[in-house]
Amino acid sequence: MKFSVTVTLKKDVLDPQGKVVQNTLQNIGMDSLKSIRQGKYFEIEINDNEETAAKKKVDNMCKKLLANLIIEDYKINKI
Amino acid sequence: MNSSVIVFPGSNCDRDIAVALEKMQFKNQMVWHKETSLPKSDLIVIPGGFSYGDYLRSGAIAGKSLIIKEVIKAANDGCLVLGICNGFQILTETGLLKGALLRNKNLKFINKDTNIKVINNNTKFTNKYKKDQILKINIAHNEGNYFTNPDHLKELNDENLIAFKYCDDKGNLDEDANPNGSLKNISGIFNSKKNILGMMPHPERMIDNLISNTDGVNLFSSILN
Repeated sequence: MKFSVTVTLKKDVLDPQGKVVQNTLQNIGMDSLKSIRQGKYFEIEINDNEETAAKKKVDNMCKKLLANLIIEDYKINKI
Repeated sequence: MNSSVIVFPGSNCDRDIAVALEKMQFKNQMVWHKETSLPKSDLIVIPGGFSYGDYLRSGAIAGKSLIIKEVIKAANDGCLVLGICNGFQILTETGLLKGALLRNKNLKFINKDTNIKVINNNTKFTNKYKKDQILKINIAHNEGNYFTNPDHLKELNDENLIAFKYCDDKGNLDEDANPNGSLKNISGIFNSKKNILGMMPHPERMIDNLISNTDGVNLFSSILN
């Protein structure tokens, strides 16, 4: 079973890389652009056929290592 | 006094700190990250560098290494722990120190001698300094922008847990003197028991007038005091 995990900086944490990407896109004419937050993406395969249990394992991975919950949020999706 | 320096793949200030400790008459041992026990230590140092190539987040992988469990145990038993630069990042990743070190605000790796002010000199790490003394200490980092939540910032202030702040050469703590965007110019903090110090500047680089200055010496003599 496969999941995707997206880790991004929390809303109140400054994301200077996202800001630079945003400014650059605006500079090359992407005028309706409102905001950009940069993050990290993981694809995780789990040897488990039961979705709830597998997702719980991925959630634990996020909490233990993949995200630093002081500064980051994460989202898990089945893929 | 016995000291241990923890060495990770990618640590690159481990030998500098060993030279500083030995110069200050510590009996020092290097401890590889795969070890599962620590030698008898009065001081554990987590050195600067790029442990595990800064993969995932600075300090994240080292924060889960085998030896770190022993460091946490020793720290909870009151052993002195000093984390410098990447060592500070690792200590925040383990939870021994609260908060996190974010990417520098200007997105640049900064390597320069900066002024820092001694905020709390009543600790085992800083007792040989004067309060508000200005030190010139080298910084060399990409993620030194200290961040924490408002409750912890209040605790840092109320409990006097801020060790050093970036300042200008007159001691002013304004935004211009802040090299990396760090919250309230913070460059070093203690845990609540003050037996753990994490700092981004490198005191081990400031122990000899031949190559820099000696502003870092008193950190080590404070520990010996």
